Amino acid sequence: MKTTFSAADRKGWMSLLATADEARLTELWQGCGIDPVCEWLRPPEAGGVMVRGRMGGTGAPFNLGEMTVTRCAVSLDDGTVGHGYVQGRSKAKAAMAAKIDALMQTGAAAGVRKAVLEPLAEERQAKTSARAAKAAATKVEFFTMVRGED
Amino acid sequence: MYVAVKGGERAIENAHAWLAEERRGDTSVAELSLDQIREQLSLAVNRVMAEGSLYDPELAALAIKQSRGDLIEAIFLIRAYRTTLPRFGYSQPVETGEMACDRRISATFKDAPGGQVLGPTFDYTHRLLDFKLAAEGEVPEAPVSEPRLEATPHISEFLQGEDIIEREPSSDGVPGDLTREPMSFPAGRAVRLQSLTRGDEGFILGMAYSTQRGYARNHAFVGELRIGTVPVEMDIPELGFAIEIGEVELTECETVNQFKGSKTVPPQFTRGYGLVFGQSERKSIAMALVDRALRWEELGEDNVGAAAQDEEFVLSHADNIQATGFLEHIKLPHYVDFQSELELVRKLRREAAEMAETLAAREAAE
Repeated sequence: MKTTFSAADRKGWMSLLATADEARLTELWQGCGIDPVCEWLRPPEAGGVMVRGRMGGTGAPFNLGEMTVTRCAVSLDDGTVGHGYVQGRSKAKAAMAAKIDALMQTGAAAGVRKAVLEPLAEERQAKTSARAAKAAATKVEFFTMVRGED
Repeated sequence: MYVAVKGGERAIENAHAWLAEERRGDTSVAELSLDQIREQLSLAVNRVMAEGSLYDPELAALAIKQSRGDLIEAIFLIRAYRTTLPRFGYSQPVETGEMACDRRISATFKDAPGGQVLGPTFDYTHRLLDFKLAAEGEVPEAPVSEPRLEATPHISEFLQGEDIIEREPSSDGVPGDLTREPMSFPAGRAVRLQSLTRGDEGFILGMAYSTQRGYARNHAFVGELRIGTVPVEMDIPELGFAIEIGEVELTECETVNQFKGSKTVPPQFTRGYGLVFGQSERKSIAMALVDRALRWEELGEDNVGAAAQDEEFVLSHADNIQATGFLEHIKLPHYVDFQSELELVRKLRREAAEMAETLAAREAAE
């Protein structure tokens, strides 16, 4: 059974899976209790992506350096195709991401979202806020010394 | 004549076995794990990623362990590994204006929106050895404060309002890639920046320092220095849209430099730019100074003959793997080359001796 979803929604979960900590993702995925039978459309392969920056932060692009990425594609029994694109070289992580991407297009979406994606999103948010809170504590509060020359 | 020699296999094998043993060191001391290197020697990991030109902290940690902490050797290992990876594509340019900043300072504007955020810096430490670190102990948690939720704007934006600083012409042109085509000169700014960001930190630092000491001085202020993470997005053809494929930590430096103006341009500040993988502050500032020095021609400045203005000199010598490869190869067997040199010098000496004898005989006869 297929469900409807927007490209932005799919972009959201794929992005979350790309940066997820592998150990945590494995734990959540196993806790989810679903492991669909699927076929490889593209077995996991590790490769590089050239990351670009912009001159002066906003100008013309230039090549900064590569990062490692692992990708794969799976097909469920009903023909639903899932893609995994994850940072790093873990084939297991790419495989989990592809299966989750496929399931998120099926009737299992709500369950997977609750068991895997929501905890990942919350933890990512918490991690980002924790760093931002430490950064905020190192913000300089200037004060002006009164000079006695008036 | 020379005789080709074979051999040395056993010596080489035994040397490598001893290397492995020495790498491990005293086995009564606990072995280093890659996690320990990644977490506790993270600035070394960052340097290996930046100069190895491959963002992967686990691989960089492995390379550091394998190279016994010789970072140039580690960078060499990463560069070699990198060539085995299929290239999936190019990312969209990262948006550093959207960076989740750990650190963001400006030496030019005290009250910049977003403020002066020091982050986990060595600045203002007294550079005294901390003997507490020699003993194991708990680290107190860093204090926290109300986090800033919105993105921190680039400081150069504020100067651009007045047009008092040059604008960076935006474009979506395809930049040259020195990992795909050999470098040729003039290289253009995109390839220069690619070369500088993966260049040797010591070399870039030395070049930048030379501009500060007066060889093509360009009066740089650090307009902004920021460190933090940015998402990396790439278009995925099979999906038809872009997704985030990961996240990288970057250090970005924008310098604000003096400029006199010209017949066509009123006086305004110019810019130098540094962007480096990881927390790599020194490298990023140095990169911005060298970038600015190399822009002399496009800004209509004089070439004063300084090394930092010479694109061919800077870019051809910035890569520590090329440099060390050529430098260190001279220690490998050159028996045949040397044999021919030896023959030549012997012949020249024989000729010189004969000449001296002839002259001496002639003088004696006269």
